[in-house]
Amino acid sequence: MTEVVVEERFSLIKAFKKIPFSTKAVGALYLVILILGLVNGFSFSRLLSDSLHLFGVWALFSLANVPSIQAGTGPNFALPIGIVNGLLAMVLVLAAGFTGMGFIVVASLVAIIFGSASGFLYGKLMNAVKGSEMAIAPYTGFAITAVFGLVWLSIPIRHPNMIFFLGDGLRHQIPLDYFRAEFILANFLFFEIFGLEIRTGELIVVVVACVLMWLFFRSKMGLGITAVGRNPKFAKASGVNVDRSRVIANMISTAVAALGVIVYAQGFGFIQLYDFPMLLAFPAVACIVVGGASGQKANVRNVVIGTFLFQGLMAIALPVFTRVLAGGAGAGIVGPIRMAIQNGIILYALSRMSKGGK
Amino acid sequence: MSRNLLEFKSVSKSYLENQVLKDVSFDIRAGEIHALIGENGAGKSTLMNILFGMPVIHSTGGFEGSIELEGQKLDIMSPFDAMAAGIGMVHQEFMLIPGFTIAENIKLNREIEKKSLLNTITSRLFGKRMKTLDFKQMNKDARAALDKLEMNIEEFTLVQGLPIGYMQFVEIAREIDKTGLKLLVLDEPTAVLTESEADSLLQAMKNLAARGISIVFISHRLGEITAVADRVTILRDGELVITKDVKDTNTLEIAEYMIGRKVSIEREICETRKFTDAEIALSVKDLHVAMPNERVKGVEFEVRKGEIFGIGGLAGQGKLGIANGIMGLYETRGEVTINGEPMPLNKTRKMLDAGVAFVSEDRKEVGLLIEDSIRHNIMFTSMNIHSEFLKAGLIDKKAIREHARKMIKDLDIRCTSEKQRTGRLSGGNQQKVCVARALTQKPNVLFVSEPTRGIDIGAKKLILDLLMELSSNGMTIIMTSSELAELCSICDRIAIICEGEVVGVLPPDASPTKFGLMMSGIKDVEEEVQS
Ligand SMILES: Nc1ncnc2c1ncn2[C@@H]1O[C@H](COP(=O)(O)OP(=O)(O)OP(=O)(O)O)[C@@H](O)[C@H]1O
Ligand SMILES: [Mg+2]
Repeated sequence: MTEVVVEERFSLIKAFKKIPFSTKAVGALYLVILILGLVNGFSFSRLLSDSLHLFGVWALFSLANVPSIQAGTGPNFALPIGIVNGLLAMVLVLAAGFTGMGFIVVASLVAIIFGSASGFLYGKLMNAVKGSEMAIAPYTGFAITAVFGLVWLSIPIRHPNMIFFLGDGLRHQIPLDYFRAEFILANFLFFEIFGLEIRTGELIVVVVACVLMWLFFRSKMGLGITAVGRNPKFAKASGVNVDRSRVIANMISTAVAALGVIVYAQGFGFIQLYDFPMLLAFPAVACIVVGGASGQKANVRNVVIGTFLFQGLMAIALPVFTRVLAGGAGAGIVGPIRMAIQNGIILYALSRMSKGGK
Repeated sequence: MSRNLLEFKSVSKSYLENQVLKDVSFDIRAGEIHALIGENGAGKSTLMNILFGMPVIHSTGGFEGSIELEGQKLDIMSPFDAMAAGIGMVHQEFMLIPGFTIAENIKLNREIEKKSLLNTITSRLFGKRMKTLDFKQMNKDARAALDKLEMNIEEFTLVQGLPIGYMQFVEIAREIDKTGLKLLVLDEPTAVLTESEADSLLQAMKNLAARGISIVFISHRLGEITAVADRVTILRDGELVITKDVKDTNTLEIAEYMIGRKVSIEREICETRKFTDAEIALSVKDLHVAMPNERVKGVEFEVRKGEIFGIGGLAGQGKLGIANGIMGLYETRGEVTINGEPMPLNKTRKMLDAGVAFVSEDRKEVGLLIEDSIRHNIMFTSMNIHSEFLKAGLIDKKAIREHARKMIKDLDIRCTSEKQRTGRLSGGNQQKVCVARALTQKPNVLFVSEPTRGIDIGAKKLILDLLMELSSNGMTIIMTSSELAELCSICDRIAIICEGEVVGVLPPDASPTKFGLMMSGIKDVEEEVQS
C-alpha cells in the first residue's frame, strides 16, 4: 500500500522559494552594494576579497551559535564568555614568550581548554535557569566582560608591549606585530588568483571547524543534542541525558568562540580587550539568522551563507559608500550609514529569529 | 430532521502534489449525528479542518469546491469565521492552554465582561483587554457546561497535568458553552476515553442532538457509530465511498466499505495460554509514581516471560503512571526487577539498556520529534541506546532508509516517503511511527500505552496481531489501555487500577460486569456479583 519515494524533481523555482526571506533580503542588499561598487570603479576581485576577509574572521563566532541553538538553549548571546577566554589565552601565551605560528597554536589549545571549562560552568547555569535562557544569556555576557575589565587591569603582566605606557594594566589594543604574530593564518599559504586574495590559513581553520561541526551533528552525541533541543521529553524517553547534552553543547559553543577570537585578532593584527567582547555577540547571532537559522534550528549552511552575506555586506559597504558619497555629503556620513545598516540588519535578524528567517 | 444544515460540494484538497481529498460531496442534516469514518489518512481531519478554516489549510493553498450552510455559501478563512457561523470543533490534538483553569479554557477568547459604567469607560480608553472579567459568571457557565457532560471536576482546576481523558471533556465543554452553536465537530473524541467515559460522552452527544445541534462525529470505534449516529459517511483514500443511514447497515459492512475488502474485526479467540512455568520477566513491588493526575500509590504485580499483561482502569486512576514511572519519566520509588535483576529507578537509560522499550500514550509530547522525518524518528532510540545505524560513528543514511522502508511496509504507515515529517502524518500514522520506533529497539520487555489510540480498525488489527506475534516469540508485553475490549482481545491477564492501586487481576474472559465493578474500586467482585 505504501507509495515508495517519489524523488523530488529539482527545480530552480522551488529551490529559490525555499531560501529564507532574510537570506534573500540581505542577499539582495549585498548585490545592490556590489553593483554600486562595480559601477563606481571598484574591481570585482577587490570587493570579493574584502567580503572573504570579514567572512573568515567572523565565521567561527557565528558557528558558535550552532550547538547552543540545537541544544535548545538558544543563540549564544553569552558569546563574550568564549571571547574573554580566547583573549586570556592569547595574553598569557604572549606573556609566556611565544611568537609567530607557535603563539597561534599554543594560544588555540589553551583557548579551547579555557573555553570548554567555562562552557561547562555556563552550561550548568543554563540548566539552572531552564526556560529563561534567552534572558540570562546576554546578561551573563555583559557581566563576564565587566569582570574581565578588572582582570585586564590587575593581571600581573609587565611586558612593555602589552601594558599602558603609564601605570599598570593591559592596553586596550595589543598590536601583534611586536610578537611577529599578526596575519599568521592570513598569510599562511596566501595566494592571489585573478586579483582575488585567498587567506588560505584562515579559510582552512574555518572550513575544518565547519566540517567538524557538521560531522558532530551527524554523530550519536550530536543527534542526541539536536533531539534535546527539539523535544526534551522525547530525548529523555529515548535515554538521552538532557542536562549533560545541554552542557556539552555549550562547552563546544564557548570553545569555538574562544578559538574564533584568535582568528579574529590575527586577521586584524591586534588583540582588543575591555569592552570589545560585548560588541560581537549580536552581529554573530545576526549572521546565522540571515543564513536562515531560527532560535530553535541552525546548521552549518546557515553559518556559511549568513556570515558571508552579512559580513561581506559590511566589508564592501564602507569603501563603496565612501567613494559614492565623497563627492556629495562627504565622507563623514559614511561611518554612521554603515552603523545604521549593521544595526538595522541585526534588529531585523533578531525580530526574525523565531520564524527561522522566513 | 430532513432539513439540510450543511453541504459539502465537490471538496478537493492537495498538500503539494499529494491529493488527500477528491471531489467529496455530502450533506449534514439539522439535529443529526453524522459519523465520518475512514482509515488513517483517509482525509477526515483534513475535511474538518477545511470546514473550520484551520490555518494549515490556507497556508497550503486552500481547497477547491464549496461548503454551504443553510443554503448560503460559506466563506470561512479562519476558525473565528467558523465560530461566528455557529460551527464548533474539538480537534484530534488538544488545544487547551495548560496554565489556565478549566473555566478559563472553556471561556477562552469569549470572556464575559462585567457590565458596568467603569467598564464602558475603561474599554473605550484602553480597548477590550482592560475590561474586568466576570470570573463568577465565567465559572458558573463553565460549571453548567461541565454538568451537562456529567463531569464532576472543579471548574477552577488548572488544565496543566489533567489526564488526557479529562482534557477531552474540557474541550467539549468549551464548544457546548458557545451560544448559537449549530454544528459541533468531534474529531476522535472517544479515542482517549475508557468505555464508561465514552458512554457518558455518547449520551451527552445524543442530548445535544435532541436540542437541534448537528454533530459530526469521527471515530474508529465502529460500535460507537452504530450506537449513536443517524447516518454515516465513509471516506477511502480521500474519496467518498458512500453515505448511509446507520439503521440500514452494520459494523461489518461499514468496515468493508472503509477498507475496500472484507475484514474480520473480531480476533479469533485463542486458547488460554499458560505461563506458570515461564520465568518472571518483570516484577514490581510497592511502586509509587508521582505522575500528576495519574498517581500510582503502591502497585505490585509480576509478569512472566512471553506474557501479555494488560493494565486497565478509568482515566486519572493511575494506570498510565505505572509504565511512565518504571521508565523513569516521573519521580518513582519502589522495587522493580527485570529478568531477575533489581533495577535502579528514575534512570530511563538503565531501563532502555536492560532491553525495555516504551510507547508513550502521549505521542505528540513524548512519542515523536514532529519536525523530523519518519526515518529519523524510527531509528533514534535504537541509535542512541545500541549505537545502531551508525557507520564510523556517523549516521548511516542507507541503513536508516532501508530499515524505515521495511517498517513503513510492515506497519502499513501511510506516507509520501520515509523522509516525510512526522508532524505531517495523520494521527493514526503518527502512532504507528511510535510503535515502529519501539520495535526497532528489539526490546525483551515492551510497555505500550494506548497503542491503538486513533488507529483505524484495519491498522488496529495489524498492531494487535503484531503484539501477539511478538509475545509468542518471547517478548514480554505490558499493555496499558483505556479500551477494555482491546485488552481482553490479546492480554493473558488484566490488572485493573483504581485510585493508584491494583484492585484485582482478571482473566480476559471475565464478564464485563466484573471489570466494571473493579474499575469503580470494588474489590470483592465475586460477592458483589452474587448479591
Ligand atoms: N500539514 C500537512 N501537510 C502535508 N500533508 C498532510 C498534512 N496534514 C495531513 N496530511 C496528509 O493528508 C492525509 C490525510 O490526513 P488526515 O489527517 O486528514 O487523515 P485522517 O483521516 O484524519 O486520519 P486519522 O484517522 O489517522 O486521524 C494524510 O495522508 C496526511 O499525511
Ligand atoms: Mg484525523
